[in-house]
Amino acid sequence: MTTLAPHTGYLTNRLLTATLRQPAYIVITLVQPMIWLLLFGQLFKRVVELPGFATGSYIDFLTPGVVIMTVLFSSGWAGMTFIQDMDRGVMDRMLSSPVSRGAMMLASALNQAVTIVVQSVVVIIVGLVLGAEFSGGIPGVLVMLLAATLLGGSFASLSNGMALVVRTEEALIGFSTMLTLPLSFLSSAMMARDAAPEWIQNVSPWNPVDWAVVASREALSADPDWSAVFIRLGGLFAVAVVAGFVATRAFRSYQRSL
Amino acid sequence: MTHARETAIEAVELVKKYGEVTALDRLSFSVPAGTVFGLLGPNGAGKSTTIKILTTLSTPTSGKATVAGIDVLARPNDVRRAIGVVTQKSGTDPQATGRENLLLVAHIHGMRGRAAKTRVDELLALFGLTEAANRVVKQYSGGMQRKLDVAMGLVHGPTVLFLDEPTTGLDPQARSEMWAEIARLARHERLTILLTTHYLEEADHLADHLVIVDRGHLVAQGSPEELKSELRGDAVVIDLSPDASVDAARTAIEGLAGAREITVSGRAIRTRVDHGASAVPAALAALERSAVEVAAVTVARPALDDVYLQHTGRTFAAAEEVAVL
Repeated sequence: MTTLAPHTGYLTNRLLTATLRQPAYIVITLVQPMIWLLLFGQLFKRVVELPGFATGSYIDFLTPGVVIMTVLFSSGWAGMTFIQDMDRGVMDRMLSSPVSRGAMMLASALNQAVTIVVQSVVVIIVGLVLGAEFSGGIPGVLVMLLAATLLGGSFASLSNGMALVVRTEEALIGFSTMLTLPLSFLSSAMMARDAAPEWIQNVSPWNPVDWAVVASREALSADPDWSAVFIRLGGLFAVAVVAGFVATRAFRSYQRSL
Repeated sequence: MTHARETAIEAVELVKKYGEVTALDRLSFSVPAGTVFGLLGPNGAGKSTTIKILTTLSTPTSGKATVAGIDVLARPNDVRRAIGVVTQKSGTDPQATGRENLLLVAHIHGMRGRAAKTRVDELLALFGLTEAANRVVKQYSGGMQRKLDVAMGLVHGPTVLFLDEPTTGLDPQARSEMWAEIARLARHERLTILLTTHYLEEADHLADHLVIVDRGHLVAQGSPEELKSELRGDAVVIDLSPDASVDAARTAIEGLAGAREITVSGRAIRTRVDHGASAVPAALAALERSAVEVAAVTVARPALDDVYLQHTGRTFAAAEEVAVL
């Protein structure tokens, strides 16, 4: 337990340094959410005319949705680093050293959190340029970053846990793809809940992706319902803790395969 | 208590099953502290499985083991603090520099600040990596990566160092450099090295004691000298021409006075005789009488290959003969 904090620090530093050494990766990471926002913003511009949308501006509505979708698309791949480490032999070296397993999981989540915060800020800036107005101001943005980070931590853990179980890039890509798009569409990321089919309206309250979207959008609104925000943030925190715990247990599954 | 101090590694009746497959079948051995101990066997013999169990990566189906006097099953984290591990695949992070790789190990083992930095500089110098220290490992040659691997295994001053196939995939130049490094480490105070290899000459060259494993079984153990001295005489290998009859050749050799341990693999007949040089003319004469055409004859002093052959009935895949007649 005493090694958890320092080991998390050292391992996070390792991951962030590696990211900074790949400029092409950074560019793609930053450009991708911009494309989402520009493309969807144009394509669905008139969707707000549908009954069920409370706002008249789709960019206002979409920006938090794209922030949360970007989280899924980034952190769903977190497990790729684990698989590269397995292929390379780094994983076995780590696991035969006194490194804290929890720190390996936490470092991956923190590395994702940094990426997520940078990506989110870029999306917000592009949104503002496109004319979005966030009445919730800075506190609203901070809540959105928190929701995004918590969701990212859950997904990174899930992706890592899956990586430890399936152990091949192909299987992980399949799993991640299978999860991210449906979970996005089963939330109000791009479509107001009241404008979605009834069965999706029934499913989305159980979807943590929707919690993150709703909490962000609510906090960014002119008159936030803070109790609705905090309930969802609490739910996201609980999911992140459980996902992190379960994923750390998956190291045993990996070691059993050796 | 003295026993625990003198024995660095004790494996007792280790069994490892993967489903129906038995990778280790009651393997037992013990490694005296301060020695280089070789685990020799062909690919798939169970060497890596043994290392994985001893380094706490894997757990045996049954049996037990201690490393540095610590039970690997009961106190894995204490074992991890006492050992250095160089896995078969490299364990280096290709995106990090050599220095960063070493510092991470130092930090994980609780070394801090100046102490960690000094230790890392020391190892970089020891392995001739000072100049490359700030380059990312991706740019290192295979030999340099392997040296960094070994350096990473030594950062925290372990009492037992595991080297799993340390020279596999290295070119001859890098291999001989690695041998020199390992020999130098072996002279170092109290370090115990467990080395796995499928190169006979590597075990012969480096190990004080060795065990030969085959299909999860221990087939022989002792020093390379002891193992070789069990064998009397020289190995004679006769390669037959493509159209010669192998059966006729075998019968001819069996009729030869003093020929022992006759085995056939492919178109090669192998036998053991007291004096290779004097047996060859007689063997060639016998083969000629049987109208068997011979492509080549080699005579070799006893090597670990022969030990392996004698105990398993199979030759090591890449049998390298010493003398050619």
